[in-house]
Amino acid sequence: MNSPVYEPFLQKPRSFYDTYERKSGIKEVTHYCPGCGHGELHKMIAEAIDEFEIADRTVLISPVGCSVFAYYYFDVGNVQAAHGRAPAVGTGVQRARPHSIVMSYQGDGDLAAIGLNEILQAANRGEKMVVFFVNNAIYGMTGGQMAPTTLPGMTTTTSPGGRKVEDSGAPLRMAELISQLEAPVYVARGALCSAKDISRTRRLVRKAMKVQVEGRGFAFVEVLSACPTGWGMTPPDSYQWIHEKMKPYFPLDVFVDRTDETFTAPAPKEPVPLEKYHEVMRIDSSDQLSFPPAQPLDPKYANPRLKIAGFGGQGVLLLGLGLAQCGMMEGRRVSWLPSYGPEMRGGTAHCHVNISDDEIGSPLVSQPTVLIAMNQPSLEKFESQVAARGLVLLNTSMISKRPDRDDLEVLDVAASEMAQKLGNPRAANMIMLGAYAGYTGMIGEKTIEAALGAIIKKRHLIELNVKAVAEGFALGRAARG
Amino acid sequence: MAAEKVDRGRIEISRDECKGCQLCITVCPVHVIELDEGLNRQGYRPVRYTGAGCTGCGFCFYACPEPGAITVFRLARSA
Repeated sequence: MNSPVYEPFLQKPRSFYDTYERKSGIKEVTHYCPGCGHGELHKMIAEAIDEFEIADRTVLISPVGCSVFAYYYFDVGNVQAAHGRAPAVGTGVQRARPHSIVMSYQGDGDLAAIGLNEILQAANRGEKMVVFFVNNAIYGMTGGQMAPTTLPGMTTTTSPGGRKVEDSGAPLRMAELISQLEAPVYVARGALCSAKDISRTRRLVRKAMKVQVEGRGFAFVEVLSACPTGWGMTPPDSYQWIHEKMKPYFPLDVFVDRTDETFTAPAPKEPVPLEKYHEVMRIDSSDQLSFPPAQPLDPKYANPRLKIAGFGGQGVLLLGLGLAQCGMMEGRRVSWLPSYGPEMRGGTAHCHVNISDDEIGSPLVSQPTVLIAMNQPSLEKFESQVAARGLVLLNTSMISKRPDRDDLEVLDVAASEMAQKLGNPRAANMIMLGAYAGYTGMIGEKTIEAALGAIIKKRHLIELNVKAVAEGFALGRAARG
Repeated sequence: MAAEKVDRGRIEISRDECKGCQLCITVCPVHVIELDEGLNRQGYRPVRYTGAGCTGCGFCFYACPEPGAITVFRLARSA
């Protein structure tokens, strides 16, 4: 007699990664606690992605909360959104790439508290996305604080005497709330607390995903899910707790199902090619001037990462913007990141600028190859960050000390005094811009002139700034010798 | 001659992926999953299949929060 033959029937869905590269150690397990409902819901979603064969065009918008790391598990596209903003980010993704399946995955703190506006507005607009809302009645990641969904009388770290409805209001029933809107196509609530409930929730998840595959519109699935750690109970007990405590307050139902209505899905649109983005964004580029890229006078000046710092009012942000604008007009890739801190008045303000022939990984410049220091505190604060043998432009009108390091290349520019002579000390930033361009050759003088027209709003100041740039440029070129 | 009873299903549990939450034990309708001896690489006391009686229903698979800890097999043919 032959031995019986068994074939795999249920196994890890393909749209999970084989291994999760989050931390060293065992790479086959999630970061979730034992018995956490996230893993169960992840599995159902992955299964639906497999079934509909949409992994290549699915974009997961991951939230803030325990499921923030969902991108380590799902082998799909991902955008990590700020707390509560997943539906807004999803809206952007869906509109820019209409062919994609947008999936927002959010917890109750993320969706029902800080992100309440975003979810309601996205649902009300009928955005084509599916939202999975994991309701475990607390803030799980931060240690079990009261959430908008915390049950009346429920003890949490921030409601030690139990949630008082007269103080905190009644728990929000999100599925019911969203079902009152006109646009949603499918709104349902499931639970993960028994074999029967799990099977039913799988069907809800599948249907909500199908709504996306068919391009019908907004789908919302709330899932009552266990947080054994946050609730302080064993996973089997947490199943019981969902059944006894959560289900009576959050009834399981399909609140909206407009999937039977006659609906003709528009033909899926192809993603917009990059060169046509200005049409989608309705940007008129007819007056955009372009210039041949200037060549650096020394290869070491290529692909600069700049930090530009001074005190508020010196125009350091505008200086950075000008550099980025010039780089862009010369066909390079650029980024400009202003830094607004809770600085004291007269303290340092700064910005980060990248100008690159290649794609820019991050707009943040933590190790600048060029530091433009407009005042002394800026030099003191940022000198140590400058890359080895980096270039430092000093506004010597305001900086009496020299850099402590001896490996730096220093260009002295008495920018404030030069600007004063031109009649306006505020033009010091443009003198610096000119000096940088003249000294390194990274930007053409003609480009700067054209760029000023784009970034300076007050027309009568353009002439002064053009003069300032020219003086700076000449100084920089002369210093090169 | 009575035919030897053949199970309709079988499960495999990846011992090191199990976190010992025991939800599979909770949902198994035929009670064929139990706690294993000792601790796994993660430091949890994992579960194991008792070795006989599985119907291949798949309840344990969907109750298990770990993506790859449980694989369910069904009988393709016997004898």
